[in-house]
Amino acid sequence: MTQHAGAPRTLYDKIWDAHVVDRQDDGTCLLYIDRHLVHEVTSPQAFEGLRMTGRKVRAPERTIAVPDHNVPTTWDRETGIDNEESRIQVDALDRNAREFGVHYYPVNDIRQGIVHIVGPEQGWTLPGMTVVCGDSHTATHGAFGALAHGIGTSEVEHVLATQTLIQKKSKNMKVEITGRLAPGVTAKDVVLAIIAKTGTAGGTGHVIEYCGEVIRNLSMEGRMTICNMAIEGGARAGLIAPDEVTFTYVKGRPHAPKGAQWEAAVAWWKTLFSDEGAQFDKVVTLRGEDIAPTVTWGTSPEDALPITARIPAPEDFTGGKVDAARRSLDYMGLTAGTPLTDVTIDAVFIGSCTNGRIEDLRAAADVLRGRKLASGVRGMVVPGSGLVRAMAEEEGLDVIFKEAGFEWRLAGCSMCLGMNPDQLAPGERCAATSNRNFEGRQGYKGRTHLMSPAMAAAAGVAGHLVDIREFAAQPA
Amino acid sequence: MDKFTTLTGIAAPMPLVNIDTDMIIPKQFLKTIKRSGLGVSLFDEMRYDRDGNEIPDFVLNKPAYRDAQILVAGDNFGCGSSREHAPWALLDFGIRCVISTSFADIFFNNCFKNGILPVVLPQEAVDALMRDAENGANARLTVDLETQTVTGADDTAYRFEIDPFRKHCLLNGLDDIGLTMERAPAIDSFETQMAQARPWI
Ligand code: SF4
Repeated sequence: MTQHAGAPRTLYDKIWDAHVVDRQDDGTCLLYIDRHLVHEVTSPQAFEGLRMTGRKVRAPERTIAVPDHNVPTTWDRETGIDNEESRIQVDALDRNAREFGVHYYPVNDIRQGIVHIVGPEQGWTLPGMTVVCGDSHTATHGAFGALAHGIGTSEVEHVLATQTLIQKKSKNMKVEITGRLAPGVTAKDVVLAIIAKTGTAGGTGHVIEYCGEVIRNLSMEGRMTICNMAIEGGARAGLIAPDEVTFTYVKGRPHAPKGAQWEAAVAWWKTLFSDEGAQFDKVVTLRGEDIAPTVTWGTSPEDALPITARIPAPEDFTGGKVDAARRSLDYMGLTAGTPLTDVTIDAVFIGSCTNGRIEDLRAAADVLRGRKLASGVRGMVVPGSGLVRAMAEEEGLDVIFKEAGFEWRLAGCSMCLGMNPDQLAPGERCAATSNRNFEGRQGYKGRTHLMSPAMAAAAGVAGHLVDIREFAAQPA
Repeated sequence: MDKFTTLTGIAAPMPLVNIDTDMIIPKQFLKTIKRSGLGVSLFDEMRYDRDGNEIPDFVLNKPAYRDAQILVAGDNFGCGSSREHAPWALLDFGIRCVISTSFADIFFNNCFKNGILPVVLPQEAVDALMRDAENGANARLTVDLETQTVTGADDTAYRFEIDPFRKHCLLNGLDDIGLTMERAPAIDSFETQMAQARPWI
């Protein structure tokens, strides 16, 4: 492990240096991977590759498999999966996990859930680690100060076989959020506001470190929401330096270190921050006070605006974005100049690896207590893991959701990408807490508006997008 | 993996910016456990209507572009999901090279693992090649990896940059896993050191 005494280093530099196995003259490195998370959609071809070449999983003890994308979230799923292709994929993961001897949470295990929620919850994700998964939202784990990013299936096979990745170092980018957030403004609004400012390619080729007072004051759940969407800003990974909030979250989790090892780990974790004077290639600063509750209007996450704004016109943009905006407005069925709060919705989806954790469900339930979905609006709450579901049920949140007219589901990715039957119908418009508003993402011709859990819940009650700051002031 | 040396072929223009991997291959095709057979579903929701009929306006449905081997695309091509099904679908259709001003990181990496060359060129060069591509079957581009050039219809050659290691692997069709396995001793000794320095991992 290389130790540089002299020059100030960023958090990213430090984690990178601690994992370089071998470096070639042109800067290409072999990077050691501490944790490899695996789900059913991007792994079958990788395991098949191992089988064909007679290779083994080098470090099964560092490999964790869980099905999440395809699994039904209805209560009858114990009886099996109806869709044949989905079943084949989930069965393939089951067979691969058992044959290659990796850690595994099957569909009916209470700990099953979205891979990016399960990793932190079980204490697999720890500060200073390298974490990869064949999934772009692996960036989520950066909230712990772990270098975490998505990889393709060929790289999944590479990591399974060698526990390393061939990598070149990215550039350093700093995104600082100063000051404080106004009431009603959440981590989701912060990250949407960042992407609106930097664009979906703003972070390309960079690893972003999020810092500043606003970030420090966020819970681990909120930090995960921010890092989760680093990829929507184009970054390879997002990072937040670990602190007491992180250590408190990690302590006592099933796979977190214990006793003397805990002490040694914390001592190292405390060295994981960007040194005074460390160089960043790009710096973006936002004032927390300037961030309003934010929603998307188009089909790219950068199409985000404060809820008080109006739908923009294609002419408001330049370059290739003019045509893209025209196409988005057409797809979304929206007219330039309409106030965002006039946009009516048909569905609400609360869940995903962005906002499917207990705090998110609490925030939505707070809004829904004593209220009901507007007539004609359907709603679905999909907890991020079986344990999140159990905790929510213990707190009685499921009752609040059901009384408000929502469906209460089992854990999985669900309508975030609609690989299982949870999909939007063509033309259906959804207030969603997930991370992607791409064309067809939640279902063929489905229309997605991204927002925070409280905003999505409030939109469901009102039947149209609303400003949570005004909504919350009204009696239930 | 197939080698990539030179390629002369028809280039299809796709000027839209932010073409994401959900557009390249929608989720309903991710349920496969194989790498092959995705070409017919490439750009499915842009290419076919709900009844499965081809949409005649879509570029790859036009007679001039049905055999395209190159795409010239708008900024930030391949953003979104990490699905390697996107390059698999491109390759299965017959696309071996994508030219744009910028690519999303994971998609860019995935291309190299599948013998597809992603070429980054400045805006003016992409604009010029886009105009060439718009001439349809008459406009063939030549991509030469050894000399790192793309040559358009009027014989203007545009030079692109590429990482030397990736170039080497692509030119020779090398499998990274085999190369890395040869470095097992270095990985072993790293693991030994790590067990001392960070035993909790
Ligand atoms: S919840 Fe959505 S974004 Fe997250 S891993 Fe699942 S499909 Fe991907």
